[in-house]
Amino acid sequence: MVWWIELLWALLKLVIAVMFIFITALILIWMLRKVMGHMQYRRGPRHHGPHGIWQTIFDAIKLLGKEDIIPNGVDRWTFIAAPIIIFVPTLTIFAFLPFAEKIVATNIEISLFFILAVMGISAISLLMAGWGSNNKYSLLGGLRGAAQMMSYEIPMVIAAMGVVLMAGSMNLTEIVRAQTKIWYAVPQAVGFFIFFTASLAEINSTPFDMPEAESEIVAGFNIEYSGFRFAAFFLAEFVNLFIVCALAALLFLGGWQPFENPVYGTIIFLVKTYALIFFAMWVRSTFPRFRIDQFMDFGWKVLLPLSLANLFITAVIVLVVDRLRGV
Amino acid sequence: MPVEERELFIDDLPKDFMEVNFGPHHPSTHGVFRFIANVDGEKIISAEPVVGYLHRGIEKIAENRTYIQFKPLVDRLDYTGALNNELCYCLTLEKMMEIEVPERAQAIRVICAELNRIAAHLIFFGAMGLETGAFTPFLYGFLDRESILRLLEMLAGGRLTFNYITVGGVRRDIPAEFAPGFDKFRKEFPVKLKRFAELLTGNEIFRNRTKNVGILYKEDLLNWGASGPTLRGSGVRFDIRKVEPYSGYEKYDFEIPVGTNGDVYDRYIVRMEEMRQSLRIVEQAVDSIPAGDWTTKVPKVLRPPEGEIYYRNEGTKGEIGFYLVSRGDKNPYRLKIRTPSFCHISMLNFALSGNYIADAIVILGSFDTVMGSCDR
Repeated sequence: MVWWIELLWALLKLVIAVMFIFITALILIWMLRKVMGHMQYRRGPRHHGPHGIWQTIFDAIKLLGKEDIIPNGVDRWTFIAAPIIIFVPTLTIFAFLPFAEKIVATNIEISLFFILAVMGISAISLLMAGWGSNNKYSLLGGLRGAAQMMSYEIPMVIAAMGVVLMAGSMNLTEIVRAQTKIWYAVPQAVGFFIFFTASLAEINSTPFDMPEAESEIVAGFNIEYSGFRFAAFFLAEFVNLFIVCALAALLFLGGWQPFENPVYGTIIFLVKTYALIFFAMWVRSTFPRFRIDQFMDFGWKVLLPLSLANLFITAVIVLVVDRLRGV
Repeated sequence: MPVEERELFIDDLPKDFMEVNFGPHHPSTHGVFRFIANVDGEKIISAEPVVGYLHRGIEKIAENRTYIQFKPLVDRLDYTGALNNELCYCLTLEKMMEIEVPERAQAIRVICAELNRIAAHLIFFGAMGLETGAFTPFLYGFLDRESILRLLEMLAGGRLTFNYITVGGVRRDIPAEFAPGFDKFRKEFPVKLKRFAELLTGNEIFRNRTKNVGILYKEDLLNWGASGPTLRGSGVRFDIRKVEPYSGYEKYDFEIPVGTNGDVYDRYIVRMEEMRQSLRIVEQAVDSIPAGDWTTKVPKVLRPPEGEIYYRNEGTKGEIGFYLVSRGDKNPYRLKIRTPSFCHISMLNFALSGNYIADAIVILGSFDTVMGSCDR
């Protein structure tokens, strides 16, 4: 193949991926407004298009058209870089996320490990936004966010390791293939609970939205952001919601099982993901917020020991079963 | 330990506290209230309330107006419980001028005052949800407040500020459509209260956020002049409706809920229970409403005799009182208004010091202050 055709093909893939990400984010924002609205005896957006489906698109256009305000006294480059950096892990992860058998942009042997590692980068972005904004609420929010992400990453990773032990691989495609007989949500029920809870904390969703607790620190780390920089944070939040729910669906709900066909596989995978997203939104519209110290206690004193115990028991059982099979 | 080594300990270093300004445009300061908090990390060392952003000089305006002209402004004090303010103001004047109010008017006054109390506590319920980070209770609270406002609209025509209770009675009789409307409400509301309890009260996170948070002892509260549900949450069984019954409250059978610990949760529970008791009062009043006039004859221009009076009743947030000095003119010589919100805000530093920022907002919310009544 000629080199420029290859380049064009790569660019096309990139454009498709970015389009998919933005459309997903817009759909999720609309979905959140509808789901929360109906749970609160409201109707949500209604005026633009059927059931207000165009509302978020107009909102996005409005945000992009706004004046770009960089307040005096901010740490200029940190302030500008933060919303860009929050998109780096978000975009990167999509390249390694399989949607169905063979529908994956980049298939590497340790894709799960890679995704979990890259996810941690968004903590830096929150810290940068909080620090760079030169605002006291932002600083509190950024520090809360960093502390929260770091402490919840650990139980999340350990919970995922239980699945890795059972599947014997860190490749997401292999993990899904290993779930032909039974979804890991059944043998790894505890792991599923820990993983999903920690994921919600990882993406700062209610009841773990301390970094942007509007009743305490107004909007936390993104208080000084407006226009498209704010839109970047906002979109990243929803894309991250999609990513953690997709990961949970891949690890514990059998991904595209029971379909081998890429089309049906993708559809069933998206259905599972959206079911989890709906659950996350349900939680979001029901629960109050934790207090920061209670939340840290919950992470370090409940989730971490639980995930370690889960990993240990899984390891022992896997070892025993392997021995029995070997003999 | 040698002195040189000891100096290296971080605890001994002079601490530089961060000064964080909350308000007057902060989302959870209940209107335009501002406080400056000195924080050490997330812990509040001291808090200094700054009030006066909603000051309208109502007490001074009273001196330039006749008693009747001033009455609509009373609604604007604690605008969530406007009818309770009106009731107190009218009772003050009636006491001073020795006007007898017909039984029917008294019952109507109790009905609308208690309905308004439920509406005010529903706002508290919603705000409490917001303060702990749950948005849904806010909308649920306001939805049910709407059905009360419909009832009050039938009675008074207004929805927020009513100008309904007049000196000598009420402005008009209960309309015919009120009874069926109230029957519907009386059936629905206990179900709604149960749903609230399931949604917020029973939530483990909410309990963690509110239990053993912001504990205030009754001795301190009495010294600070706290009243109403804030005081009752700490176990003081003091309710002016029982202690000094007015407007025929002695005829109705109701209980005064009190808390035991004096934490935020107790203040919350006291208000939730008060809604139930208020509904009981309204039910009794509607069922046993006497026939007769809804107003009595009063002079066109009110000229209370020379003298002074302090009269108080149980507002939605606590004790609301009017201290009236009359020189026998058609306008008051001096009218001092005692509002619970001002007393509760004045003890803010005492209540907030040593708590986390997240708790501070919840504690402030548990006082259920209204800046309109604090700043006057």
